[in-house]
Amino acid sequence: MTGSDARPRGGAHGIELVVMGGSAGSLDALAALLPGLPPGWPLPLVLVIHLPRAGPSALPAVLAAHTALPVVEAEDKQPLARGTIHVARPGYHLLVDAGPALALSVEDPVHFSMPSVDVLFESAAATCGPSVAAVVLSGGNEDGSRGLAAVREAGGVVAVQAPEDAAMDLMPRAALRGCPDATVLPARALGRFLAALAAGGS
Amino acid sequence: MGSVPSELDIEIRLLLEAVYLRYQHDFRHYALASLRRRIPRAVEHFGLDSVSALQGRVLRDAAAFRELLPFLTVQVSEMFRDPPFFLALRRDVLPRLETYPTVRVWVAGCSAGEEVYALAILLREEGLLERSIVYASDVSPDALERAERGIYELDRVEQFGASYLAAGGRGALSDYYTAAYGAARFDPALRANVVFTDHSLATDHVFAEVQLVTCRNVLIYFDAALQNRAVGLFRDALCHRGVLGLGLGETLRFTEHADAFEPLNASLRLYRKR
Repeated sequence: MTGSDARPRGGAHGIELVVMGGSAGSLDALAALLPGLPPGWPLPLVLVIHLPRAGPSALPAVLAAHTALPVVEAEDKQPLARGTIHVARPGYHLLVDAGPALALSVEDPVHFSMPSVDVLFESAAATCGPSVAAVVLSGGNEDGSRGLAAVREAGGVVAVQAPEDAAMDLMPRAALRGCPDATVLPARALGRFLAALAAGGS
Repeated sequence: MGSVPSELDIEIRLLLEAVYLRYQHDFRHYALASLRRRIPRAVEHFGLDSVSALQGRVLRDAAAFRELLPFLTVQVSEMFRDPPFFLALRRDVLPRLETYPTVRVWVAGCSAGEEVYALAILLREEGLLERSIVYASDVSPDALERAERGIYELDRVEQFGASYLAAGGRGALSDYYTAAYGAARFDPALRANVVFTDHSLATDHVFAEVQLVTCRNVLIYFDAALQNRAVGLFRDALCHRGVLGLGLGETLRFTEHADAFEPLNASLRLYRKR
């Protein structure tokens, strides 16, 4: 748990925000990952999962079963809250803007997806620079790859679910092509990695 | 978070300042996160290599400014997006308006008018359209022209039919338009009582008293200060107990006017002025 493979690379401390994205198969990954975040985990986690846009999303309730941290559906201008999981709404892109606070947008889909992982990651990198950690989970398209590269470019921490651990490895493999030096871990270990990241912070 | 803005952020600010000084269109308080996506797209569209170059171009060329406008204002709109919202308008809000001799509605940031026609259809089906005035405002002259024409791509409109029914539609959406050459032309009678007006939530003031304001997925493109200004206009325009409807991801909670309203339907973002 505290082995060298679980130490953050890049900005060794000062991570203030975790952004995470996935698509097909990512709910299984989250079920393994989220229990690794202890109660009182001090960072905001902003999450984009591709879902069809039909009716109110059940995702917050589904995720709440796997964590003691509060899970809330994202609202425009909501300040990022420590120890809170902010989940994107179907039918809106979710961005990180000044504050840092959340911002929504209804623009064209990116990789046929709205919300898009790239949009979240790129906005977090532009707003919060090196204080961002970004994680790409299981998924069936290449959304997230550009965004992960943007986070690394800005000096943030980048991690990817191990392709062999992912139900759909297309998204993690695409992310690794863009960021070959990203930390690669199975979902369960990613939870411990994020726990250690917070502990190594200020 | 560094305190020195990035080159892109500096260039965006300078572009918006130039646009404001030259054309009096004020985008300086639009949400930056979203502008960082849209403005580089405009740079690409114009075949330029930087936002600064775009600034020079737009400063000297009014036609280029008009071409830039759709990149600054997001023009994505649907009819009956989020059917439960429109169903609640039909069932819970319009009946309250029946008591007024003239029903006055403001669709703020109407874009190309899809929601204006959706509202007009609701008002007609509830027997109110004849004695209604709908103010449809936007900052983009091109969008207002399209709204006034009421002609949309047929395959898009056909996708709105199911939402219309889910919103409690009493017939078929196709009852309200004629289809030809891949286009749907909405019944001009729907807009007989619609006033299309060039109005900026950033710089203009209240122009009428209304009982209902809808402003959906417009505030998300504003920063906190501009959201406060816009919601202040809605508060001032609304009569006592008037209703404000926002997009489902939008909330008054983080504005300074939250206390001026009470939720009518919190999850559908319908508020009533106290």
